Amino acid sequence: MTQPQHENMLEVKDIKVYFYDDEGRELKAVDGVSFSVRRGETIALVGESGCGKSVTSMALLQLVDSRGKIVGGKVIFEGQDLLLLPEAKMRTVRGKDIAVIFQEPASALNPVYTIGEQIIEAIILHQKLSFRQAREVAREMLRLVGIPEPEKRLNEYPHELSGGMKQRAMIAMALSCRPKLLIADEPTTSLDVTIQAQILELIRELQKKLGMSVILITHDLGIVADMSQRVVVMYAGKVVEEADRTEIFKNPLHPYTIGLLRSIPRLDREQTKLETIPGVVPDPSSFPVGCRFRGRCLYESPTCCEVPPPTLVGNNHLVNCHHWQEVRQGKETARF
Amino acid sequence: MSNSVILKVEHLKKYFPIKAGVFRKIVGWVKAVDDVSFEVLEGETLGIVGESGCGKSTLGMTILRLYEPTAGRVVFAGKEISRLSSSALRPIRKDMQMIFQDPFGSLNPRMRIGSIIEEGMSVHGLYSSTERKEKVRELLEKVGLSADYVNRYPHEFSGGQRQRIGIARAMALSPRLIIADEAVSSLDVSIRSQILNLMKELKREYSFTYLFISHDLAVVRQICDRVLVMYLGRIVEIADKKVIFSRPLHPYTVALISAVPVPDPDYVVDRVILHGDVPSPIHPPSGCYFAPRCPVAERCRKDEPPLVEVENGHWVACHLPGSLSLKRENGDKKC
Amino acid sequence: MNRGSKRWFKKFFSNFSAVLGFVLLLFFLGVALFAPYIAPPKPGRDAYMMPIVTWSSDPIPPSREHPFGVAGKRDIFYGVVWGTRTAFRIGIIVTISSTLIGLVIGSIAGYFGHLVDELLMRVTDIFMAVPFLVAALVLATILGAGLDKVIIALIVFSWMYPARLIRGNILQVKEEQFVMAAKALGVSDLVVILRHVLPNSIFPVLIQASMRMGSLVITAAALSFLGLGAPQGYADWGALLNYARNWMLGSQGQALQYWFMTVFPGLAMVLFVLAWNLVGDALRDIFDPRLRV
Repeated sequence: MTQPQHENMLEVKDIKVYFYDDEGRELKAVDGVSFSVRRGETIALVGESGCGKSVTSMALLQLVDSRGKIVGGKVIFEGQDLLLLPEAKMRTVRGKDIAVIFQEPASALNPVYTIGEQIIEAIILHQKLSFRQAREVAREMLRLVGIPEPEKRLNEYPHELSGGMKQRAMIAMALSCRPKLLIADEPTTSLDVTIQAQILELIRELQKKLGMSVILITHDLGIVADMSQRVVVMYAGKVVEEADRTEIFKNPLHPYTIGLLRSIPRLDREQTKLETIPGVVPDPSSFPVGCRFRGRCLYESPTCCEVPPPTLVGNNHLVNCHHWQEVRQGKETARF
Repeated sequence: MSNSVILKVEHLKKYFPIKAGVFRKIVGWVKAVDDVSFEVLEGETLGIVGESGCGKSTLGMTILRLYEPTAGRVVFAGKEISRLSSSALRPIRKDMQMIFQDPFGSLNPRMRIGSIIEEGMSVHGLYSSTERKEKVRELLEKVGLSADYVNRYPHEFSGGQRQRIGIARAMALSPRLIIADEAVSSLDVSIRSQILNLMKELKREYSFTYLFISHDLAVVRQICDRVLVMYLGRIVEIADKKVIFSRPLHPYTVALISAVPVPDPDYVVDRVILHGDVPSPIHPPSGCYFAPRCPVAERCRKDEPPLVEVENGHWVACHLPGSLSLKRENGDKKC
Repeated sequence: MNRGSKRWFKKFFSNFSAVLGFVLLLFFLGVALFAPYIAPPKPGRDAYMMPIVTWSSDPIPPSREHPFGVAGKRDIFYGVVWGTRTAFRIGIIVTISSTLIGLVIGSIAGYFGHLVDELLMRVTDIFMAVPFLVAALVLATILGAGLDKVIIALIVFSWMYPARLIRGNILQVKEEQFVMAAKALGVSDLVVILRHVLPNSIFPVLIQASMRMGSLVITAAALSFLGLGAPQGYADWGALLNYARNWMLGSQGQALQYWFMTVFPGLAMVLFVLAWNLVGDALRDIFDPRLRV
């Protein structure tokens, strides 16, 4: 291949997805999100429900539901802006170069077709293979994701598989065309912890084997610590902080990130009183002007009515807060 | 904490029939709760943990007689309630309440918040009408909501606020026992800790006894005094919280604890990855139910291990307790 | 008016077909209410009996005196106007009674389940297995002609639809946690049904009832057309069509000569059914839980 090897396989620049409700109000669900994904790395998009993490990831593939619209931004994948691609071209990217696995394997698989038919369909769609060859690949994929008796499973319907097995089948389908990028949208949220451990282990293994990049969307900071190299923290449709994993956990600088980390019940220690973030996540129709964390933040001041500028505060560490210096200072004084 | 037993569960079973065919003949049973015995002490918080389908929610519902038990006894405050008629049971319901999992499904969408909280009191004929109204306002403030919300409908509230309303409803009858079934599972992280703190505070103030049903071990660690682990309808281990998180003896408990991801990149655990899925509760395996997935099982497929007390207050149902141990670096921190 | 109901009104009127249905319904209501002014009856006579205006049995096309023409010696305009009252009466009585019967049976079956459910639903199945029109026809024949007999026949063979619907809804609502919560509070079964289950499952039944209202009137008209409903000369749309039976094909070379005999009563019927269906649709849009936030 003569294509230059970009360091970043995917660059998302200032993407905006707005929704319009019945009353015609504009809901800025995703409002200027930027991040990049390097080859072979796992990046986590983390945040609470409604922060726009799933909408962002689907917008990369131009998949936005009918009430929403991508109103701006760029999605540069391998040197090409995906948002400029016509639908027909886009379809060849989806599933082939960029694949997705969803939270609910039960609803993402069509109940009237067998597992085999669904995987084979995905393969034939993107690769010039005969049915027989595709079936071979499908069986190989099922074996790869650790489904016992793959030959038998090909002929089974989704309801005959357990939740964990369905998620494995979903992964097999997503990876059957050897995508360069996998978007995993809360892949284990509907699964039990012991099954979650299996699936995460599987994703990690396959990533190593196939050398793909992963965008992991999750609300679980435990999974983030476990799986990702870089972390993008989102709140109310905006990125509040982005940094390498260790940096985010050891040296968070945005008050929201700090609050989130502190409010998680920890398995590894006993907390007499959990710390909390006061208030509730705002509704998209009533996001505060300026910094959207306003009203819940301990560091709030009049300057917060201005949109905080993204500030590079260290090696690869980006924070969107007017008061990051105070936060850092505060932490230092607390330490000594 | 006093030591009197408030709830005693003896050999409790709840089987659901599976019907098939034209004549809806019973072709099998789902053994959701399969011979479970334990005691709850007045004033303690007992956590019931396990994965989906282990029967923990069914257990809670059966204790409250929201499901009829198939066999066994439930003794609440010295009185057997598993055989009472539904009218004889009604006055006792006042003393045992439930907080439900789904903050969106557990409040009647067509009732105002005030009536939702008041309903229990009026059913049991507590207080006069004006006193009840006053009480509702008090309760709302107690759970951190404004007393002016009485005339609003559930859909006007967020998940966290609704869960607060559910807590107020349960508290309205001043119960002695509260069963919380996955009460914080559907909430976002930042809201979850608010609700957990609220439940802790209320307990301190009113000295409820909690039965805290959850799949989330990290949450259980923060709120419970003792922990009961279930697998496929049976109890596999019961111990004090400190013991269960530092020295779990049942291989399943070890695997469960090791599987929880911890938000700390320095936390390294020797993760026990279990193979396969939880077997169906319709055809559970012979012997120890966990044996087919257990990394250390030997003769366990034949003999069913009884639940025995291996040390003071630590009960395990395993032939080889402690043969798999929890290994982690940077383990328990004091905080 | 609170914010919620304001939004409902907005939604209701933002929809053209909903407005059309509503306007049509209001129009029919107006006609029924003001029938004595629109088509004044002869004093001292039963207003529901269409007066005889001519001695020839030949139809007379619309004229100044008889704007819709004359059929079977009777003024079609008079019949259509007073027939609106008959239509409402049949529709409302049958719909309300069958819905109430259905509600009771469906609630009992759905809430208590098991054997009760099995028994009631099999009975329902038997009633449903009989073709509606045929059954109503047979029953009306046995009971004899007359509007009240038609109403009874219609009630007997239409309660199953609301019963089925309410049972299904209750089965669904019964599993909701708030019903469990009410039981956990110690609320009795009857109160659980009345306060928690029914209010959450009643709307689909009401919507179905409004849609059924229209089709019931058609069925009643069909029975009248077959000569089983209203007595001779009674103001009823179906009876008016009955007069047209012998003239429908027109005369030699003039197939549409007697169009007015079928068009006016037929139009009234079609618009009446349309009105109820559109209103039912609008109600469904409003109460559809997926559209509610």
